[in-house]
Amino acid sequence: MIAELGLAALWLAFALCVLQLGAAIAGGREQGAVLAAIVRPAAIVQGLLCGIAFLMLLWVFAITDLSVGLVAANSHSAKPMIFKLAGAWGNHEGSMLLWVTVMALAGALIAGLERRLPENMMRATLGAQSFVALGFYAFLIFSSNPFARLAQPAPEGAGLNPLLQDIGLALHPPVLYFGYVGLSVAFSFAVGALLTRQVNPDFARVTRPWVLAAWICLTLGITAGSYWAYYELGWGGWWFWDPVENASLMPWLAATALLHSIGVLAARDALRAWTILLGVIAFSMSMLGTFLVRSGILTSVHAFAVDPERGAFILFLLGVYIGGALLLFGLRAGAVAEGERFAATSKEGALVFNNVMLCAILGIVLLGTLYPLLTEAFDVRVSVGPDYFNPVSAIFVVPMLIVMAIGPLLRWRRDSLERIARPAALLTAVALVVLGFVALLFEVSFLALLGLALSAALALASFMPLRGRRLARVPMSVWGMVVAHFGIAVALFGMASESAFTVERLAAVEAGATTSVGPWQVRLDSVEPVAGPNWTALEARLSARTSERGAPTVLTPQSRNFWAPSQATTESALATRWNGQLYAVIGNQTDDGRWQLRLWWKPFVTFIWYGGILVALGGGLAIAGRVRSDLRRRIVGRRMAERRADEAHLEEAAA
Amino acid sequence: MSRVKPKHQRLVLGVMALVALICAGLLAAYALRNNANYFYLPNQMASDPPPTDRDVRLGGMVEAGSLRTLNDGVTIAFNVTDQESGRIPVRFSGIVPDLFVEGSGVVAEGRLTGEGVFRATNLLAKHDENYVPRELEEMSKHQAEELVVEAREAQ
Repeated sequence: MIAELGLAALWLAFALCVLQLGAAIAGGREQGAVLAAIVRPAAIVQGLLCGIAFLMLLWVFAITDLSVGLVAANSHSAKPMIFKLAGAWGNHEGSMLLWVTVMALAGALIAGLERRLPENMMRATLGAQSFVALGFYAFLIFSSNPFARLAQPAPEGAGLNPLLQDIGLALHPPVLYFGYVGLSVAFSFAVGALLTRQVNPDFARVTRPWVLAAWICLTLGITAGSYWAYYELGWGGWWFWDPVENASLMPWLAATALLHSIGVLAARDALRAWTILLGVIAFSMSMLGTFLVRSGILTSVHAFAVDPERGAFILFLLGVYIGGALLLFGLRAGAVAEGERFAATSKEGALVFNNVMLCAILGIVLLGTLYPLLTEAFDVRVSVGPDYFNPVSAIFVVPMLIVMAIGPLLRWRRDSLERIARPAALLTAVALVVLGFVALLFEVSFLALLGLALSAALALASFMPLRGRRLARVPMSVWGMVVAHFGIAVALFGMASESAFTVERLAAVEAGATTSVGPWQVRLDSVEPVAGPNWTALEARLSARTSERGAPTVLTPQSRNFWAPSQATTESALATRWNGQLYAVIGNQTDDGRWQLRLWWKPFVTFIWYGGILVALGGGLAIAGRVRSDLRRRIVGRRMAERRADEAHLEEAAA
Repeated sequence: MSRVKPKHQRLVLGVMALVALICAGLLAAYALRNNANYFYLPNQMASDPPPTDRDVRLGGMVEAGSLRTLNDGVTIAFNVTDQESGRIPVRFSGIVPDLFVEGSGVVAEGRLTGEGVFRATNLLAKHDENYVPRELEEMSKHQAEELVVEAREAQ
């Protein structure tokens, strides 16, 4: 019954979506003007219905209703409740329902709250939103129905992939989806602005919070995903240039560019066409990511379904939406009046430069990700890894970081390099000193060396915009920029340090014996069998210490065997210190009774994720600042209107 | 330099962006040709060995009876075979993936040394019934059937 309720809600939402699209189109004409009034209510009710459908899915997973095919295939009655719920979106159908739900809720939110834009533009925006949603509804209902019943209820569920049974991963997909879908709102606004020919700062101000929110979610999603891959896969790496990782990185790159260009549009009324194009690209990358991950064209733990029909369906949607939007852009871009002009040496100039760099990096990641698919068409199998991505993207990342350091010091419109010569010289000096220091003392790769030097200069540069200002008066959005840029420096430091200073030890150790890695002495105390709710494991007890005195740190890496579904995983163990992490993995027992141990000492590796969190926090500050100033502007506007009305009254009375 | 002729600003910006992107594309294409890791089956690798300074992937089955651990306790040696006659000896130092056993499929990443031994830096094995390294998917039909049977038994 519950599953049927969910399906009914989904069908109703689908119908409302069609209605919303029809009303939005008809509402623009004179005879259909009555219909215009139902666009907003349709969007709101549609959001509610989708929410209900998703709650119903959560419900069937919570009670493990094994007559529903999806539950039988992905859940198990012995699973902890949190993973039963996470199982609802830990599969193809459920995750697509989550996508549609988030999109419908976002549509409902703009329909319910957004009153600043002209009504015709809102209508076009909501129409575009429903047009995009329509394809995904059709995909969900006709080719991946999450509520389908089994003819015969299954006796027991097949379980969830143990790699996905992890709290970080339970939250990872929803966060990323909020990001993807937030970009769909930016896309709809961009299409709405193009259709009604109103590409102006108002459009930018309304869209910016959505872009910011989406960007924060993507940042957090990527950070969390990277940490998950780091400790769950047990390979010691934090980024593998896996196609699925790239699928989340590409929208982030586009969103970062969009975020900065939309800021220019809001503040200076420049970069109009460019901002619209970025809005289209950003959402295209979200959809491409979904296509790559969901079509099963790439294999990884994320590719739930290897089903060519579904892949073809998403590819078709992708073609329609991206092609359609680019066509619309091509037709209308010429009509978008050129915005305010600026000199090459100006804040705008720096932002444009970095926008182009971000797009170049995006292109490089995109080509590298799609290349194996291209060559496969010619029956040549290749894989593309760090050997390609690291050096080639660095060619564009390095100039971008340099411009990012000095860009915020420049003035809007026109500036001269002489004015910022002193801070620029200081930054160069810092970078060179670090470069020389590290190069003399350690033997590290060129890229790592460059990364360390740049991160030091960048960390200093990120605080320079605060120079000479009264800190209490600095607007929240400037603090947001400072924190986010500092976060980039912190993350860069972590990456460079991890790559430069990691030490690894691979050894076969008897119980009671000691081995060393970096500053650590690690003793293997024992290996014991342990059991969890749906797994058994061999657990090693390691005592790690850096000096003779003090209590040792105990690490317990495991080699786990899940029974539903049957699968073995290695659970790494981490000891976190302020200056790095000790990472331990246990392997097999050798014939002579020794145990394989793999240990890493990774100095400052945690800074990678601290940096990611700081970047997201900066985004949060910027959103808070923008919303606050918007509210204040609204209140001031209302007071002004009241005062004007009062004055008019007085004048009337006097007359 | 600091003052672009106002009339053409948008055009100039567009062209500059385009040039930068085309440069990125050309660079990527060049780098991809040189840095992509090619995939080999054992008989291909035997008949046409890749250069020793190049990372490649080797895919096949772990030959039954060939897997042994060397004295250091962390290095394993085994042969990778295909349904035909190809056979490449592989060495790998590290912790093997969870589902790595004799007779199972494997993809090894690494380099072929001068002595004809493949030095693997990473091994990818069948993860679970849903995750099979792509290269293994299109192995012989017989092997695919075996995998299915194996997966059923595992459930």
